[in-house]
Amino acid sequence: MRNRSVAIIFATNRLHIKFMRRDVFQAIADPTRRAILSLLALHAMTPNAVAEHFDSSRQAISKHIKILTECELVSQKQSGREIYYHFNARKMKEVDDWMGQFRSQWEDRFDQLDNLLKIKKQKRS
Amino acid sequence: MTKNEAVFKRDLQKKTIHVERAFDALLDEVWEAWTQSESLDQWWAPRPYQARTKKMDFRAGGLWLYAMVGPEGDSQWCRVDFKTVDLKKSLTSSATFCDEDGNINTDFPAMYWKNVFSATATGTVVNIEITFDKEADMEAILKMGFQEGFTMGLNNLDEYLERA
Repeated sequence: MRNRSVAIIFATNRLHIKFMRRDVFQAIADPTRRAILSLLALHAMTPNAVAEHFDSSRQAISKHIKILTECELVSQKQSGREIYYHFNARKMKEVDDWMGQFRSQWEDRFDQLDNLLKIKKQKRS
Repeated sequence: MTKNEAVFKRDLQKKTIHVERAFDALLDEVWEAWTQSESLDQWWAPRPYQARTKKMDFRAGGLWLYAMVGPEGDSQWCRVDFKTVDLKKSLTSSATFCDEDGNINTDFPAMYWKNVFSATATGTVVNIEITFDKEADMEAILKMGFQEGFTMGLNNLDEYLERA
């Protein structure tokens, strides 16, 4: 998943095989979905309880929850007859990991450039 | 010789990432490494990938079309459109994903680049500024995710992330 996020930007990681429509970045790009995550971060909720916090239709909210579930930011658990949605903080960490991926990728590039420059220098002298 | 460290900075307001890196080589050499496909093919792709140039037209308005090729033969085409070129000083460009004919894939965010090359007493410093498209801006998304629209419950997330 971490690699997939990076792949989207840098196309270095089997992008065409592993790319999926839903990823964490896409999921949190939408303000309603961020608000849903905020609610679920406080405590697990049923779909109806979530929908009550919004003016949007239940269908619209349920679509947002579906996207959040697909990218695993939200998980669902059955409790009796009700389904409860839970916030998955671990998945959220992937957002933070992105900068680290970016950094290591660039450091790798720069090291290769160092080598190339060194070889060229040796050839000349 | 000590290793040159890259310095990374985020500017959330400007949705920009700054990268600064020194190289123990003359400005001419560093410029060439960044602007000639024979050189770029040798270092641009992070391992284990390799960049393979299909077309390089290095000038303002020109483009670099290349593939990132993986160890299993998988590849992804990319193009860099050069906007401005100030010889051996700076260049600006946009980087996008595309097919092998260079048709841009708009499903993916574009990145905007500004590279400034400066000679120093010991070599060359390259300053890189990377800006993202508004809607696809990863940094803005990071910012939104952590700072906007999140209630008290998510304040714990920062601590969680620190520990994780």
